Amino acid sequence: MDSPAYISLRDVVFSRSGRRVLDGVTLDIPRGKITAIMGPSGTGKTTVLRLIGGQLRPDSGSVSLDGHDVPNLKRGALYKLRENIGMLFQSGALFTDLNVYENVAFPLRVHTSLPEDMIHDIVLMKLEAVGLRGARQLMPSELSGGMTRRVALARSIALDPDLIMYDEPFAGQDPITMGVLVKLIRDLNSSMGLTSVLVSHDVPESLSICHHACIIADGKVIGEGTPDQIRAHPSEQIQQFLRGQPDGPVPFHYPAGPAGADYGLSGEAS
Amino acid sequence: MIDRIVALGRWGLTTMSALGRSGQFLAGVVVGVPRPSIGFPLLVKQLYAVGVLSLAIIIVSGLFIGMVLGLQGYTILSDYGSEAAIGQMIALTLVRELGPVVTALLFAGRAGSALTAEIGLMKATEQLSSMEMMGVDPLRRVVAPRLWAGFIAMPVLAIIFSAVGIWGGMLVGVDWLGVFEGSFWGNMQSSVDFVDDVLNGVIKSVVFGFVCTWIAVYQGYDCVPTSAGISSATTKTVVYSSLAVLALDFVLTAVMFGDF
Repeated sequence: MDSPAYISLRDVVFSRSGRRVLDGVTLDIPRGKITAIMGPSGTGKTTVLRLIGGQLRPDSGSVSLDGHDVPNLKRGALYKLRENIGMLFQSGALFTDLNVYENVAFPLRVHTSLPEDMIHDIVLMKLEAVGLRGARQLMPSELSGGMTRRVALARSIALDPDLIMYDEPFAGQDPITMGVLVKLIRDLNSSMGLTSVLVSHDVPESLSICHHACIIADGKVIGEGTPDQIRAHPSEQIQQFLRGQPDGPVPFHYPAGPAGADYGLSGEAS
Repeated sequence: MIDRIVALGRWGLTTMSALGRSGQFLAGVVVGVPRPSIGFPLLVKQLYAVGVLSLAIIIVSGLFIGMVLGLQGYTILSDYGSEAAIGQMIALTLVRELGPVVTALLFAGRAGSALTAEIGLMKATEQLSSMEMMGVDPLRRVVAPRLWAGFIAMPVLAIIFSAVGIWGGMLVGVDWLGVFEGSFWGNMQSSVDFVDDVLNGVIKSVVFGFVCTWIAVYQGYDCVPTSAGISSATTKTVVYSSLAVLALDFVLTAVMFGDF
C-alpha cells in the first residue's frame, strides 16, 4: 500500500451469541482508495463495517479511523464523526415515510442550517449524480431495488463525507443495475476523493473497481493485496472463493455425525 | 429439580436485564429531547398519528359505554326509586375509572401496537441503523417524539372519552328513559368534585399514557428484527400495557380513594 492507512484494525476480536465472528483481524485501509472486503457469507464482513462505524464494539483489539479510537469515543464525538461517514446499507434503508427528495435532504436538514433553496440545489445535484433527478417525487415503495440503492447512495454523499462504506451493494441486482452501481462507486470515489470500503461477495465486480482487496474467512484475514495479487494468490481457500468452486478447503457438507446413525442403519456407513 | 431452579434463575436474570435496558432506554429518551425547531414538527406529526387518529375509536367506545351505563344504572337505581341519581353514577364511574382505564386499553390496542410495529419495522429495514450512521440519534429523532405524543394525547383522549360517555348516558337516561334533566345534571354537579374525581382521573390517564407509550416504543426498539420478532413485540405491547394499566389502576385507586 502506498497511501497511509486511513482506517486501521488491530487484532480485533468480536463475538456474538457465544460465536467468535472475528478472531484477531488486522487490516489497514488506505486513504482515497477503494478497498474491497470480500469473503463467504457469514464471515463477519458487515461486522467489520459496523465496527468501523462504531455501531459495534470489539471484545478486544483496536479500531482507528482517521486517528480516532472509535470504540472509546464518547457518544457525542462518535455521532460527530459519523457526520463524515456515508454508509450504503444492503437494503438501502430509505425512510419509507419520506419521498426520494426528502430522503436525500434529510442529513442536510439535520446537520446544517442551509437555506431551503440551497438544500434544493444540493439534493438535485446529488440525485443527478446517481441519475435519478427525475425520480425525486417518488416514494421508496415505488422504486426498484437498484433505484433504491442509488437514492441511498445520493443520500449518503449528501454531506460530502470523507469515507463511504458499501454493504453488499451488488447483492440481488440485475447486470445493468450492477454495471450502474460499479460505475457510480468508481466515479464517486475519483471525483470526490473519497475513501471507499466495499463489502461484497461479488468477486468480478469488486475486483474490477477496487485498488486494494482483502479476503476474510473463518474470522481472519486470509489474504490481501491488489486485485492482481489476489487473483494470483496461492491459497486454495482464496482460489476456491474466487472461482466459486462448490467443494474444497471450505467443504460442501456441514459437519455432521455418521450418516448411518441419522438414517437409523446399523452398518459402518458414514 | 435443579433444571427448574436454573430455568427460574435464567428467567429472573432475563427479566431484570430487560427491565434495566428499558430503564436505560427511557432515560436516554427523556434526556434526549430534540431541539425545538426539529422536535416540534415531529411531535405534532406524532400527536396526529397517536392522538387524532385514535379519536374515532375513543368517541364511539365512549358513547356506547355511556349509553350502557345509562341503561344499567337506570335499571338498578329505579328499583330503589333513585333514578334521579343516574347522572352522578355515570359521571363518577366514567371520570374516576372507566374513562382512564378503557381509554388506556383502547390506546394500547390502537396506537401502542402501531408504534411498536412501526419502530420494529424501521429496525428490521435498517432505517434506525442508517440514522445512527448519519449521526442522528434514533432515540431523539424517532422514539422521543412518539413517547411525548403518547404522554400528551392520553389524558386528552380520556377526557374526551368521559365527556362523550356522559353525553351518551344522558341520551339514554334523559331523552329515552325520561329522567328529569335538572336532576341528572344537578346531582352530577353536586357530587363530582374537581380535585378528588376529575383531577385524579386525569392523573391516572397521565400515568397510563406514560406507561403504555413507554412499553410500546421500547418493545419496538428492542424487538428481534424479523417478521416473527415484530409480531411478538406487538403482542407483548398490548398484553403488557393492558396488565400494567389494570394493576396500576388498582394501586392508584387505593392511593387516591382508599382513605377510609
